[in-house]
Amino acid sequence: MTPQTWPCPLPGGETAQEYALAFDKERTGRLLIVPALFDEANRMRRLTVETMRRLDAAGIDSMLPDLPGTNESLQPLLGQTIDGWKTAVRSAVSHFGATHVLGVRGGCLLVPDMLPGWLYAPVRGANILRQMMRARILVSREIGREESRSELVSLAETGGITLAGYDLGADLFAGLNALEPTASSDLTAIEQETVGGSGLWMRAEPSESANQADALAATIAIGIRQ
Amino acid sequence: MHSDIDLQLRRILTDVLGLKPGQAETFDAETGLFGHLPELDSMAVAGLLTEMEDRLDILIEDDEIDGELLETYGSLLAFAEAKRAEA
Repeated sequence: MTPQTWPCPLPGGETAQEYALAFDKERTGRLLIVPALFDEANRMRRLTVETMRRLDAAGIDSMLPDLPGTNESLQPLLGQTIDGWKTAVRSAVSHFGATHVLGVRGGCLLVPDMLPGWLYAPVRGANILRQMMRARILVSREIGREESRSELVSLAETGGITLAGYDLGADLFAGLNALEPTASSDLTAIEQETVGGSGLWMRAEPSESANQADALAATIAIGIRQ
Repeated sequence: MHSDIDLQLRRILTDVLGLKPGQAETFDAETGLFGHLPELDSMAVAGLLTEMEDRLDILIEDDEIDGELLETYGSLLAFAEAKRAEA
């Protein structure tokens, strides 16, 4: 496993060097993974990387790029857009020469439809935001401030909003709110029943599961070899 | 005997809190939740409620969520059962 950088186009037309974790031995099966978003990115990171280790052992290359404004990226999250992220993903696909794609949770919203691949536990953008707004309402209530969801939505749509510590611009909020997982006959959903156990994205504390990584990697490796 | 909602709620808490198999079986009506379990912060509570909505097929309004609701397992179960009865 090596950290790499890749040239990522930014919304303003410039390019940033973004980080990617890669198992790259120039093999024929090459999987680009679009990570889960926001808080779920932390909770799914370990499982994602453990899946990559198993794919490596099975003879498959995999790359896990940072989107601008996420993980190790030096770009501010504020100012990122859905179109910008989709462009970034397509650019990573071409830079790494991916043959397959895997979206994890919110990453399924950004997976391109030009390659075969998988959507692991896909989630609608509106559902991600709903949970983040609820967390903010609960925190506000603890400090004696009442906020309603409709107030938060109109705030977010006009000037952007900070939810669970993430600065979401108005464009990103609106884009995410309307976004559904990518639909394509080449993309297969992997539901949690296939992976077994309970989804790690819902855990209050980040956790790991060797069995789930085994199942996820096996599903993907079988698909890539076919 | 636990009701269906009771069983599902124990399963949801097991998944969200990462409890060991069987641990949620020991919960009774007086078992403390919010304020007793350090991992149950606001983000985790938001996740727990969203999971309850999805799996119990109920809709929880934000103004229904207060400290009492999550104080004990019994109060959370009573809330879930009342919501199911409405649905």
